[in-house]
Amino acid sequence: MIHLSAAHMAAQLSAGETTSVELTQKHLDRIASVDVDVHAFLFVNNEGALAQAAEVDAKRAAGEKLSPLAGVPLALKDVMTQKGVPTTCGSKILEGWRPPYDSTVVTNLKKNGIVILGKTNMDEFAMGSSTENSAYGPTHNPWDLSRIPGGSGGGSAAALAAFEAPLAIGTDTGGSIRQPAAVTGTVGVKPTYGGVSRFGLVAFSSSLDQAGPCARTVLDAALLHEAIAGLDPKDSTSINAPVPQVVAAARSGDVKGMKIGVVKELNGDGYQSGVRTRFEESLELLAAAGAEIVEVSAPNFEYALAAYYLIAPSECSSNLARFDAMRYGLRVGDVDGASAESVMNLTREVGFGREVKRRIILGTYALSSGYYDAYYGSAQKVRTLITQDFNNAFEKCDVMVSPTCPTTAFKIGEKSNDPIAMYLNDIATIPVNMAGIGGMSLPSGLAPEDGLPVGFQIMAPAMKDERMYLVGAALEAALLTKWGAPLLSKIPALAGK
Amino acid sequence: MALTYDEVLAKYEPVLGLEVHVELNTQSKMFCGCSTIFGAEPNTQTCPVCLALPGALPTVNEKAIESTIKIGLALNCSIAPFSRFARKNYFYPDMPKNFQISQYDEPICVNGYVDVEIETDEGPKVFRIEIERVHMEEDTGKSLHVGGATGRIHGAEYSLLDYNRAGIPLVEIVTKIVPGTGKYAPEVAKAYVAELRDILRSLGVSDVKMEQGSLRCDANVSLRLIGVETLGTRSETKNVNSLRSVERAIRGEMIRHAELLNKGERVVQETRHFQEESGLTRSGRSKEQAEDYRYFPEPDLVPVAPDAAWIETLRAALPERPSIHRKRLQEAWGVPDKEMAAMINADVLNIVEATVNQGADPTKARSWWLGEISRIANDKDVAITDLAISPTDVAEIVALVTAGELTDKLARQVIEGVIAGEGNPAAVIAARGIKVVNDDGALMAAIEKVCAEQPETAEKIRNGHLPAAGALIGAVMKETKGQADAARVRELLLGHLGQG
Repeated sequence: MIHLSAAHMAAQLSAGETTSVELTQKHLDRIASVDVDVHAFLFVNNEGALAQAAEVDAKRAAGEKLSPLAGVPLALKDVMTQKGVPTTCGSKILEGWRPPYDSTVVTNLKKNGIVILGKTNMDEFAMGSSTENSAYGPTHNPWDLSRIPGGSGGGSAAALAAFEAPLAIGTDTGGSIRQPAAVTGTVGVKPTYGGVSRFGLVAFSSSLDQAGPCARTVLDAALLHEAIAGLDPKDSTSINAPVPQVVAAARSGDVKGMKIGVVKELNGDGYQSGVRTRFEESLELLAAAGAEIVEVSAPNFEYALAAYYLIAPSECSSNLARFDAMRYGLRVGDVDGASAESVMNLTREVGFGREVKRRIILGTYALSSGYYDAYYGSAQKVRTLITQDFNNAFEKCDVMVSPTCPTTAFKIGEKSNDPIAMYLNDIATIPVNMAGIGGMSLPSGLAPEDGLPVGFQIMAPAMKDERMYLVGAALEAALLTKWGAPLLSKIPALAGK
Repeated sequence: MALTYDEVLAKYEPVLGLEVHVELNTQSKMFCGCSTIFGAEPNTQTCPVCLALPGALPTVNEKAIESTIKIGLALNCSIAPFSRFARKNYFYPDMPKNFQISQYDEPICVNGYVDVEIETDEGPKVFRIEIERVHMEEDTGKSLHVGGATGRIHGAEYSLLDYNRAGIPLVEIVTKIVPGTGKYAPEVAKAYVAELRDILRSLGVSDVKMEQGSLRCDANVSLRLIGVETLGTRSETKNVNSLRSVERAIRGEMIRHAELLNKGERVVQETRHFQEESGLTRSGRSKEQAEDYRYFPEPDLVPVAPDAAWIETLRAALPERPSIHRKRLQEAWGVPDKEMAAMINADVLNIVEATVNQGADPTKARSWWLGEISRIANDKDVAITDLAISPTDVAEIVALVTAGELTDKLARQVIEGVIAGEGNPAAVIAARGIKVVNDDGALMAAIEKVCAEQPETAEKIRNGHLPAAGALIGAVMKETKGQADAARVRELLLGHLGQG
């Protein structure tokens, strides 16, 4: 039962073939069995999840009209607040904090009767591409436990691949939904910036952060997307426009006549050969499905990574200033006679990890007077240029595509002492965040040389998210026909307890 | 040796710069829905947003934007079609986010002016104060540092924090440098703050209570040798909590700077705190090394782009400028300049106007507020507006006096009763049994009795020496326990003594 898609689980629930309590319990059992090896979860909310499931079952029994995903379980990235449930963002500095309020995403999940199993592991404050930067230890890729599950949302992606949950919430600042999806053989969508409320998403880089759906199928992602998206008066950057019709698009998957732009700059050198093989194959399948493949150029993408590593750290240096031990979370050195300043210093020294400190220092420097124009100012200009690149390209095509990441999952520890090598992982995903548009990653098969999953990225213009789902559904269907079974059916079985 | 003010001016020219912070009187805070009511229990008016809990986001209070645009328009500013919020980053325990949302290089209102008129040796003179910018920001929380000698965080045993004030909408109004005021610098500054206060009050956007901190003035002062272009080093004086303090602080700083300069020392660029008791300032934090606030555009808020038509609607609805309003009132009431100035100084103009609007005669309304009621306020050491007597009450009392139902003396008793909380004038009159003796028979009896008691005085009046009547009228009033109408007593007395 846990291997089904969320849509299938929902159908069984509404047909009365199972109950949400049963379904939830099965997932909790699975977590109890395999998460010792995977470590996707930082907190499992057994009682809360079952209570929520029982509530949905009661409503269903009473004949109430329920949302499409009502009763289906979900894993929540630990960067989202949920009232009364520990929220750490993978950081020591928030240890013990239980938020007194729900994020808007959680409010929407609850409204839709989606059962929240627990909080998933992540790179500290979403800074990283491997989940190795979690203060609570790394998450392991279910395809190969010695490898990383991507990051920052490695916990959410691994939970899907390990069948610990059929749905998950991720957040994507530079690829944190899409890159983990790519390396775990799952689907991850970063909606258009402002499409899903950021209220209650603990900010890393406010102008880039975007929450989105993670799932094992394109349709599941679409169902979850519609459940969490929409205007939120509590988020001033949330978009006041109808939610794109992504479920209809995912059900249709019709790409006849669509123009698919292959980004010249996001291919070739630096991309693993198996990644390129799978990418070419996907293009052929899309062409066979009736899409027209064209080449587009985005000359400024080469500056995206550098600009990103100025903008994101700058914003984070300000966003993370609130963690000062005064009102919540960790407090270190609070002994008699200690000054507020020394408590603040000690707490931040102990509470923040190396990567977080690195970015705070980088961002503080980039915003300093005398350096602002050269760093933050220039980076913002690059951002404008990248947006122009997208606009120009979208005049020639309906969506743009690329491999999601240059390589398949690397070994845990392989790049942890080389931040630049780590940052290069996100080279293809970052431009999407810089321009505020939507991006999706879905599995395109296994790289022949290492047998590990490869991701295919689809990028669509702002508020045209449905296009990613059209193309994603078409490719997913073509690959399914080719393979005969979903990619995850090939994942090695986890020993479990 | 202490310099005199005249000695300072013989050598130096003062240059002013004034920054005024105004707390808006919106119902909710700048970036969240929390109440802004003053004086609530500490930390009861807070939420995830103004406590900066992780994940919380600000949203802009539209009413605050409207109020700021109104202020900008009233100060003759241009309203930016596009402006942005920025983050001002610095650490302080009473600032929950450890950055303040403010406006930096793209403020909402720019380039305005305010004209103020003051009395000079050459008669009334208008000074134009140019406004550089008006921008929006949020207030910080309030901290109280307990223990330690200075009342500052360093050296304190512990600190108490109240976040009720965190996020209250603030508007900062910054002038350009104000040269050319010479010896009138302190008065011009005071007149500017007073005019600003009146404008803000007329707009209804703030309580403008300096003593409660809803209007706060930072006074920048520098001196330069007369005839020199280059500006001197300035000091910024905070904690200036009344109009009188504005004047005192600037005068004090001018003298302090001049003494330093005369000794060949330099003025330190720093923040200073005004001491209400001594009228002097003490050093605060040094601004020698300009603090680096690492400003950058606030990514959590979309830019402010007010609709041009909306701005015009607000402009059309602006109230009459207080200075023009005052001139109009003065003409309508026929009040001499000196009396007008007295009303403005005593801060009773609005109440007098409200009383007149209730039908009272302007002269009488003015004399009650400026006289008896002001005296009581002074005795009690409270603001006149905080007394429990309203313009309606005073208008009623004036009407009763005019109708002869109260004498001035009785009216004073009624006022006292109203202020003591005994109810409105009618209730006080009823409860205290106050009534005018207007029965001529009773008055005649008293007059005859008094004349009999003071035959010599009566004789003088009979012989045409009218000034002597006062003594007898007084005696009659005493006889009737003050409840007689003195004018009627005089009439009857003079008639009785053949002078009618």
